[in-house]
Amino acid sequence: MQMTKELLAILMTAILTQNFVLAKFLGICPFLGVSKKLNTAVGMSAAVIFVMALATAVCYPINTLLESNGLSYLQTIVFILVIAALVQLVEIVLKKYIPSLYNALGIYLPLITTNCAVLGVVILNIDNGYNFAKSMFNSVGAGLGFMLAMVMFAGVRERLESADIPKFMRGLPITLVAASLTSVSFLGFTGIVDNIFG
Amino acid sequence: MAEKKSLGKEFTKGILAENPTLRLVLGTCPTLATTTSVQSALGMGLAASIVLVCSNVVISALRKVIPDKVRIPAYVVVIASFVTIVQMLVKAFAPELDEQLGVYLPLIVVNCIILGRAEAFASKNPVLASAVDGLGMGVGFTAALFLMGSVREILGAGSFLGLSIPFLSQNPMLVFILPPGGFFVFGILMAVVNRIAENRGKPRAELRGCEACPMAATCKLNSKENCEENSSSVEDSKEAVI
Repeated sequence: MQMTKELLAILMTAILTQNFVLAKFLGICPFLGVSKKLNTAVGMSAAVIFVMALATAVCYPINTLLESNGLSYLQTIVFILVIAALVQLVEIVLKKYIPSLYNALGIYLPLITTNCAVLGVVILNIDNGYNFAKSMFNSVGAGLGFMLAMVMFAGVRERLESADIPKFMRGLPITLVAASLTSVSFLGFTGIVDNIFG
Repeated sequence: MAEKKSLGKEFTKGILAENPTLRLVLGTCPTLATTTSVQSALGMGLAASIVLVCSNVVISALRKVIPDKVRIPAYVVVIASFVTIVQMLVKAFAPELDEQLGVYLPLIVVNCIILGRAEAFASKNPVLASAVDGLGMGVGFTAALFLMGSVREILGAGSFLGLSIPFLSQNPMLVFILPPGGFFVFGILMAVVNRIAENRGKPRAELRGCEACPMAATCKLNSKENCEENSSSVEDSKEAVI
């Protein structure tokens, strides 16, 4: 029971209070670049969730191996290469055996190979000293949080398209200010998770 | 003499005309995340600059040795090695800074600016020019971070480099050092820079399409429809070709 509670708290924290995009600024490039249309936003986030969970599942045992051999200073190099190779492998396997899934996620996979959000979640799991179950919940939560932010922001941007914006604010500046307001709305969740699960 | 002049140009272009953060819109994650105070902004800028100069020098020196097909993984290994070295130095000599930067210090590996310069410049130019290019880009990046950090710390905490400012420190606008403030200040700064650029007849800064991406030459997504949809996120795909 205690364990379930803890895992749920980690999941909800990753989705709401410590949202990867809006509170931790990880994965800003896809957040700003791919959020113009709702369907691409969903496809991209689904691929991010998939890769994050996979990368965590693979990097966790590798990290244990590195630490037991006193090689933890190699973490950064090893993780980036493992994640990159892993995603390429997954892409090849999906293409061959599950073409329908490949068609849905395939084009996004190479884009997020070394997206800072994916490397970020792996490193954060280790910094926080999470065990395997907690790491997995944190990664999936981070991915879901990414999806939530992307989908919400895609909605905001669709409204921006038809808005009358002062000339010098058009394009990137107004997008960033809109992201700022979306981020304010997520500040409202502060404390909620602690109160529910704490 | 002519060579000196062109070296000077390599240096200054990174600071103003091709400022990596404010003109090319690269490396947005550290720009937003580490500018809550001037100190951490400068620390991040300095760390990234060191990695940038060192990796540019090594990659430029090895440019004839590295086979073309595996160059991206090779660059990433070089960059990751320097990031690890910088990480160790910061941990040993500035543990306070290590605490402030946290996860963003190892994440310099996936900073678009560094791989972008390796691919666009260091892989084609001699060692000295690459070092100067890296230095210019590093100074430009640090300057942009310093600007963001100053605005956010002065307005959000009422202090500058930790020294409190008499009038502002009584009622600081906390939101500026919270995440929303990062997006807001960056947005306003981009608007100001765009305005200045437009007055001088230069194009506005935008999220770049495929042609600006370090991966453009090797990326299999480099077809029209994919690029238009995914334009900027392509910049994040460091190693799509491993």
